[in-house]
Amino acid sequence: MFRSKTKILQLTVTLTACAFLLVPTILSVLAGVTANYFQGISSGFTLKWVFRVWELYSGSIFLSLWLAIACLISTLVIGLPAAYGLARHPGWLSRILEEFISLPLAVPGLALALALLQLYGSLKGFRASWTFILVGHVLYTLPFMVRSILSVLAAMDLRTLEEGAATLGASPWQRFRDIVVPNAMPGILAGALTVVTLSIGEFNLTWMLHTPYLKTLPVGLADSYASMRLEVASAYTLVFFVLIVPLLMAMQWASARAQRIAQ
Amino acid sequence: MTLRLTNTAKTYPDGTRALMPTELTVDTGEVVSLLGPSGCGKTTLLRIIAGLETPDPGGEIWFDDDNVTAQPVERRNVGMVFQSYALFPNMSVRANIGYGLKMQKLPKPEIEARVTEVLEMCQLEKFSHRSIAALSGGQRQRVALARAIAPRPRLLLLDEPLSALDAALREALRDELAILLHKFQITAIFVTHDQDEAMAIADRVAVMSDGSVVQSGTPEELYRNPTSAFVAGFVGNAMHLKGTSDGKSLTLTGGVLPLDRDGAGQDIFVRAEDVQIDPSGPLQGQVETVTFLGTHYRVGIKGIMPDIVTSIFPGQNAPRTGEVVKVSIKPETLMLLPKSGVGK
Amino acid sequence: MSNRQFVLACLTPLFIFSLAFLALPLVRLFLASGEGESGWAIYLDILRKPRYLNTLWLTVVVSISVTLAALAISTTAGMFLSRNQFRGRGVLLSIMTLPLAFPGVVIGFLIILLGGRQGLINQITPGHVVFAYSVIGLFLGYLYFSIPRVLLTVMAAAEKLDPALEEAARTLGASPYRVVVDVILPGLMPSLIAAGAIAFATAMGAFGTAFTLATNIDVLPMVIYTEFTLSANIAMASALSIVLGIVTWALLLIARSLSGTTVAAGG
Repeated sequence: MFRSKTKILQLTVTLTACAFLLVPTILSVLAGVTANYFQGISSGFTLKWVFRVWELYSGSIFLSLWLAIACLISTLVIGLPAAYGLARHPGWLSRILEEFISLPLAVPGLALALALLQLYGSLKGFRASWTFILVGHVLYTLPFMVRSILSVLAAMDLRTLEEGAATLGASPWQRFRDIVVPNAMPGILAGALTVVTLSIGEFNLTWMLHTPYLKTLPVGLADSYASMRLEVASAYTLVFFVLIVPLLMAMQWASARAQRIAQ
Repeated sequence: MTLRLTNTAKTYPDGTRALMPTELTVDTGEVVSLLGPSGCGKTTLLRIIAGLETPDPGGEIWFDDDNVTAQPVERRNVGMVFQSYALFPNMSVRANIGYGLKMQKLPKPEIEARVTEVLEMCQLEKFSHRSIAALSGGQRQRVALARAIAPRPRLLLLDEPLSALDAALREALRDELAILLHKFQITAIFVTHDQDEAMAIADRVAVMSDGSVVQSGTPEELYRNPTSAFVAGFVGNAMHLKGTSDGKSLTLTGGVLPLDRDGAGQDIFVRAEDVQIDPSGPLQGQVETVTFLGTHYRVGIKGIMPDIVTSIFPGQNAPRTGEVVKVSIKPETLMLLPKSGVGK
Repeated sequence: MSNRQFVLACLTPLFIFSLAFLALPLVRLFLASGEGESGWAIYLDILRKPRYLNTLWLTVVVSISVTLAALAISTTAGMFLSRNQFRGRGVLLSIMTLPLAFPGVVIGFLIILLGGRQGLINQITPGHVVFAYSVIGLFLGYLYFSIPRVLLTVMAAAEKLDPALEEAARTLGASPYRVVVDVILPGLMPSLIAAGAIAFATAMGAFGTAFTLATNIDVLPMVIYTEFTLSANIAMASALSIVLGIVTWALLLIARSLSGTTVAAGG
């Protein structure tokens, strides 16, 4: 079916790009389960590197999961009412606020981390606790949560639905609970999966904000790349893939669903 | 419940006056229609009654002996059917109808019983567990009505409830709605831009124009005795006969028409069904269009006055296009109304 | 009125959070940039001192090359994948969007596995072929990062493009090449500009990849990092962060006004 020259050229480019993206990933997975990567696959497969990673880094994996959950809760508590407020109160002020909280999407994490460090770095108790990293993660993931919910809310006639509920006797809070939240669910789900995925993979901010006693998964990865043998680094990367790939697929599914609803 | 509005007006922050100071009383069990073209303020008035808009200071809204002016919508106990129905997509038909009862914190068994009763009344039993997305337009309309009446509101408000339906369905549901409203014996206000709808459903029609109620009365009164050119034109499409009147007769391009009243300084209107093609008529014109409408023909005649004069022709052999015809209009069918800039 | 109060109350947590952890820190960052020896002239120093000027140039050149390469590859692949239905299409699409969730550090490591001292290319080719720690490695790392993001933007735009336009051009006698030039590219242009801006901005600010590759190449984020941690030159680190932040923010603002969407930029 790919007869014309253009099609063949397009296919070649596509396949080359796929190979470029896939081959190193496969190498990494293989290296993580190979007994000795220098000797090649012939040295046999083993899970000992994965166990070694578990011994060395399980703490960082749990810290990342814990941070992701805390980040999800924080972005929900802040982002869900905020998205509703922005949807119900459109105007230049809301636009500016939305634009402002989206800054962390554009401004590199390094710059944000420097800013946070300089303002709060001297508060030792805060600086040294996991909540300092959490602030960075919330800062970075919050706009995704807000926008994901906002796009779903903006697509429905929220105002009339709420008026309908109001004529039936529902107070503002009851309307929020019974009408807004259930109908925003696709956006909340997509936003939640995005927040968790991004939080688990966040490095730029975290690297600057972390302390030696608080290493997240990606910080641990950087650490292993710098100081561990290749097999251990690969095994650790493999653990990360196992965690992040299902999340990514769920996130893409949920986002596509939310977008369909928002259209 | 008796609804009473005094001096109720609405001015938007940008200075637009959507509603002029209005007085309106609706008696217990009465179905009143607010009729008018879009932008006449009828929906604003309805939303003020519901509590969805705040009237300008000075206006008062009374439900019987309750002054509800300062009450938020959720405490007024009104039922409202929205133009878009505003059915909650996250709830089933049953949950939608039960929502208002849930807000009243009624015990579960009572909610169930009342929902079932309303479902039966609106012939929705079969659909009770469906989701809103799985309903047709007509079914949605009935769910919206059922949801609004289930909490037994003091007042039922309907905002263009039929306009989202296609023409054939609209006519069928119009009669159904009229029957249901009278069955509920509920005080109701019904906003529409369609005169047929207003006539079919309402006990009393309030015609609105440019933010004020210009005339209110039974459908018959409005049709037979309009007090203004606007009402004559909007209710029943009366035609303005443009000619010169000396008090005893009206002189038109196509002839002279005798008057039985003093028509000096007044605009003269006539309805198409009172314009008769009659070989002995005093007016003469030429047939421009002939439209067959099943039970009758609508004949457009030029040459009688600058605009086309329309006549309803009930017979079998209608005149043909281009034919010259004589036309008569009985003097008592003419409507003599004060001169105004508005009207046709 | 109580409804209005409720809506405003809903915005309060967001307002407090972004004031405390975004607005105030950024103000502090800006003030810190003027607290060095040279005061506010530090922004002139960036342009005067060759070390910083060269860094800026190199960062911009690498970012532009990555942008152009990512646009060329992803537009070709994106148009191919959205215009053809065949077995394995879904697999190809998954492969090309999977790296979306990989942070820069991981991508740096993948490039080392490809072109490092123990890398695949070095093993299967005769001689010593190591490119991971050079500009090429950095370029490939950024490209790895950008291809999925540009691809998604292009495919979303391609799906919105009315196929009837292409068919109309065909019926008017346009060759496939003319269809691309006259119909498809103009239709995709806003999205291409947007995707290009995203690719450029992320390449400018990418830190993780450069960090893992541990290169001696002075790209802007690496210089900010070393100024801050090694030289303790906090004013310069802040000033460079401000410059970098303004450039990337402005670019993404343009991108968003053209396409109306934002693809996850960080990682």
